[in-house]
Amino acid sequence: MTQPAPAHPPHNDPSAAPRPIVTLDHVTKRFPGVVANDRVAFDLFPGEVHVLLGENGAGKSTLVGMLSGLQTPDEGGILIDHREVRIASPARALELGIGTVFQHSMLVPSLSVADNMALGGPWWSRPDRAGVARRMAQVCADIGVTIDPAAKVGTLSLGEQQQVEIVRALMRGSRVLILDEATAMLTPKGAEDLGALMGRLTRLGIAVVFITHKLNEALSFGNRITVLRLGRKVGEIAPERLAALGPAAATAEIIRLMFGTDAGAPADAAPRRARPGAAPLLVIEGLAVDDPAVPVERVDLAVAPGEILGLAGIDGNGQKQFAEALAGQRPLRAGRITLAGTSLERLDVGARRAHGLRYVTDDRLGEGTIGGFAISLNLLLKQVGESPFWRAGFDQPEAIAAHARRLVGEFDVRTPSIETPIGKLSGGNIQKALLARELSGAAKAVIFAKPTYGLDVNNIRATRQRIREAADRGLAVILISTDLEEVLELSDRIAVMSRGAVVGVVENDAAARGRVGELMSGVTA
Amino acid sequence: MSALFTDAFLTSLVLGALTAGIPLMLAGLGEQISEKAGVLNIGIEGMMLFGAYAGFLVAYHTGSIWLGFLGGAVGGMAVAVPMAVLCIRMGLSQIVIGIALTLGAEGLTALLHHFQFAQSYPRLPAVETLPIPVLSSLPVVGPALFDRPPIVYLAVLAVFVTAYVFRATQFGLALQAAGDKPAALDAAGVDVVRVRTIAVLITGGLAGVGGAFMAEVGAGIFVPFMTNGAGFIGIVLAMQARGKPLWVLCGALLFGACLSATTALQVAGVSIPTDVIQMLPFAAVLTVLVLFGRKASLPPALGTHYVRGAR
Amino acid sequence: MTDTQISTPDLTEADRRDQTARAEARAELWRGRARVALLGIGPVIGALLLSALVLLALGVDPIAYYGFVIERGLINPYGLQATLTRMGPLLLLAAGLIVAFRAGIWNLGGDGQFLLSAVVVAALCPLLAPHLPVWLVLLVGLVVGALVGAVWSVLPALLKAYQGVNEIITTLMMTFLGVSFANVLVKLAFRDPATTVPQTRTLAVADRLPRLFDTTVSSGLLIGLVAVIAVHLVMTRTAFGLKLRIVGANPRAAIHAGLPVPALTVAVFALSAALAGLAGAVEILGVQGNVRADWNPHYAMTVIPLVFLARFNGFGSIAFVFLFSVLSIGGESAARRTGVPNFFTLVVVAILLVMLGVAEYLDQRRRAAGK
Repeated sequence: MTQPAPAHPPHNDPSAAPRPIVTLDHVTKRFPGVVANDRVAFDLFPGEVHVLLGENGAGKSTLVGMLSGLQTPDEGGILIDHREVRIASPARALELGIGTVFQHSMLVPSLSVADNMALGGPWWSRPDRAGVARRMAQVCADIGVTIDPAAKVGTLSLGEQQQVEIVRALMRGSRVLILDEATAMLTPKGAEDLGALMGRLTRLGIAVVFITHKLNEALSFGNRITVLRLGRKVGEIAPERLAALGPAAATAEIIRLMFGTDAGAPADAAPRRARPGAAPLLVIEGLAVDDPAVPVERVDLAVAPGEILGLAGIDGNGQKQFAEALAGQRPLRAGRITLAGTSLERLDVGARRAHGLRYVTDDRLGEGTIGGFAISLNLLLKQVGESPFWRAGFDQPEAIAAHARRLVGEFDVRTPSIETPIGKLSGGNIQKALLARELSGAAKAVIFAKPTYGLDVNNIRATRQRIREAADRGLAVILISTDLEEVLELSDRIAVMSRGAVVGVVENDAAARGRVGELMSGVTA
Repeated sequence: MSALFTDAFLTSLVLGALTAGIPLMLAGLGEQISEKAGVLNIGIEGMMLFGAYAGFLVAYHTGSIWLGFLGGAVGGMAVAVPMAVLCIRMGLSQIVIGIALTLGAEGLTALLHHFQFAQSYPRLPAVETLPIPVLSSLPVVGPALFDRPPIVYLAVLAVFVTAYVFRATQFGLALQAAGDKPAALDAAGVDVVRVRTIAVLITGGLAGVGGAFMAEVGAGIFVPFMTNGAGFIGIVLAMQARGKPLWVLCGALLFGACLSATTALQVAGVSIPTDVIQMLPFAAVLTVLVLFGRKASLPPALGTHYVRGAR
Repeated sequence: MTDTQISTPDLTEADRRDQTARAEARAELWRGRARVALLGIGPVIGALLLSALVLLALGVDPIAYYGFVIERGLINPYGLQATLTRMGPLLLLAAGLIVAFRAGIWNLGGDGQFLLSAVVVAALCPLLAPHLPVWLVLLVGLVVGALVGAVWSVLPALLKAYQGVNEIITTLMMTFLGVSFANVLVKLAFRDPATTVPQTRTLAVADRLPRLFDTTVSSGLLIGLVAVIAVHLVMTRTAFGLKLRIVGANPRAAIHAGLPVPALTVAVFALSAALAGLAGAVEILGVQGNVRADWNPHYAMTVIPLVFLARFNGFGSIAFVFLFSVLSIGGESAARRTGVPNFFTLVVVAILLVMLGVAEYLDQRRRAAGK
């Protein structure tokens, strides 16, 4: 993925100027207090992957919303085949041949694939399951995927669900396919498959809009790249120019467009070095966890103080189960956990935390925080009842507020007030609050689960800096990530998890990338 | 024991189970449709009661049992309309509004009854039955099952129609989607609010007919609070039936048998308080829950308001 | 303020800014309170007006009716005392519901818990009275009532905590079961042999909860007030209350934070149902003295809307329970005089709930538009 192969030039005949299918004619969309899209102009050509790049809040989702009928522009117009149209609803977008695959699956889990495809017909008619299956087989053959029409959607992986959505959009005659943050939930392999699929779609003459904030994906999958910043279109790189620039120059150009500076070179990627010879601080022996999906078996790991142990692997290979069992959220079947000489395996979450074990969850809104509660309380979520914030069971508002003010300042959480419900903050600020909660106080070892998942580039950099600092303070760090680049950038050693077991641990040296890749893909070294 | 199970006793038991069970079944079926679409309809007790009142009123004044059932359906829907507007369009809490509608229907029907019928307590004539040839002459179950008012056959037919709609129509898929993943339904170009509104109106209609059945067929009279928790039993039935209409029918007949067993026992010459028998179905369901501990499989979006574009 | 060295002028500047910020925060707080008050009072007035239209439609003069209700429920000393006595058990039920609802648990089984406790207390206390001092009988009655209520919630509690079975359905079933069971007990087990009507023995008036000062107001009112205020403070000001609120707001976050969710769930059920049971005991020990067969005042179902109207706030609940008690005591008198049955109170409460919902909806729309 680091060597983005420039996509094939889509137009064989450069002399004939291609006609765009869809044109956004300087559209503006305002929400209370913000201009989400400010006179954005945007053309979509058939047979082209048009990448829409930008940080969180740059206006990508709004633009997609206007194309897919969820929102209508306040000013400016949308032209399809040079005729002005109004896309007032998702149904209208479909009629006009615009299909959207949203970041969060838009399929009904309890219905079968065929029923999902049939959804939306006249109310008292019978869903034409056989017909759907036939047409589906046809489209699947065209674009080279296999899907069982009778399978219940809830049993499919996220990648398969996306394929279903793409097939559905094509079956409805979509000429334009919008993929909104489609790779955010996928494994690296799943993302590559999707990239290949996009290539096949363009060869059928489909116009693909691919929204992402990952540079490498933009370069490897895209033909044309548009960059948004703060609601404005700040640049477009046409296919010819993209091919001419080459990956390195294109990267520099895009970073300049996205952040307005040249200082966007990747953070110093030199691997850190742990203090050699230190005795392990956190020792995990023979850890096993029962789970209906992915049971975890015999995990043995040892992490020295100041060391970052990366835990790489494709998502869903037991990382979550392992982390939750380590933190005490889930019972162990067997195994021992020792932190600084103390056995933790029989303790509950609170006691493990009191001994210095911390867990930064990747599910920030689902379990990490309570959206409706004030930041000040969320910062103490794991210490409810502890002195000095509670005395004899009663709240101590001054102590709670002082604690919150200190952490908000130290961790640079941008918030109107410490009483603001945490759910109103941006993802980056919620992550800062979580880091503040887990890294403050007498921490000895920290587990980070996918710490930069869903964040924009600035917050990714800030979060990685926090991880390094934590290790520099002498903490034992376990970094769980599905992003190989991240693991390679931060770790001292890398363990690889596959099907619930650690299949190997390697030093992070020059050969690490290849060996980790082999281990991840199941090739036993 | 053999003396207890006389033909008279069995006939009376089966007949009672059917008479008491049909309203429960209609309520349970209605609730199931709402719940499938993601609406927890606590107001169903009020819909039944208002249907009972309206059904009785129309039947009494027109002398037509059929117009009475129509009145019951309209009465139930009249309570369903505020539910649809307040909960589905405006997004108010379904539990609060449901309780409010039940209380309001209880109060209003009792008031209206007080001003209209409290002096006279008029009764309706017994409902004519429609014997089904051959079947109705079977011993014991014949007269109890196949010599019933036509509305009974229609109600049982409604179970199979509902099962068919769920399984094999676009509307059935839309209901399922509205309760499981409303955003997906919206993206497929179907109006979630409309689907849910229609579901709640159908619920109101079915519950209203159920109430009217209690007044017209069961009691022949309207008395305040006469549904006496039948709507809530409907909720219990719907949740236990996990989206399967046939299970609603079975459950309703079980509950109906228990509710009416006292009368049957009296026919057999045994006298025990109604309350003992009435405990049986709840005790049975709770025992099943404790023994098997199966989680009620409820639609994920049950009770939540759908807003386009919000996650 | 990223500067590490802060000069004196900056400090005063910061101080000043801090002060204005605090003043603004205070003003905002008051504006918020005014809004909440308006949101509480507006629907009440609206509901009374709409209910007046219902009266008009029935051919009753609403002004005369309301006047009579207020006279008999609020102004007349005996009426007021009856109103205050009625509040006791209602407040206890409200307290129980606040605990449950704030912890995200829909305990709709209050009536079963209330009634069973009432029956057991009514059966037990007249038997104890000849042998024990009054205060001990009353204490035993209250404790037993609370225990019976709690016991009747064990099944839904365990099913919810350990099997994830929806508590709406189980508590509803337990209420049906409880109401029938209470009747069985009255008719078969605890029947007073001295009377012909099926009812329990009667606790002598002298052995009931003491009256307050020289009035007829039962001290059950005090028990209710203490319970609601205590529950309010526990839920808003203590670590235990916060834990329950965490479980209610996001059960997964509660697990992540290491809270013993199943144990807390059981505790919530036990507390909530014990308060409902206590309400039953207070009603018997303070007002009824016995339980007649088929007696069921449906207090819990009527208190649920009141607690909602108060947004699970203890003090708001006291206000709404008072309003409801005035309406129902006044309405019971008015039924005899004006011929409007007291079912009318149910209509008022229903309209009130709908009005509250609409007011909240309009408020949200207004605030969304203001932003």
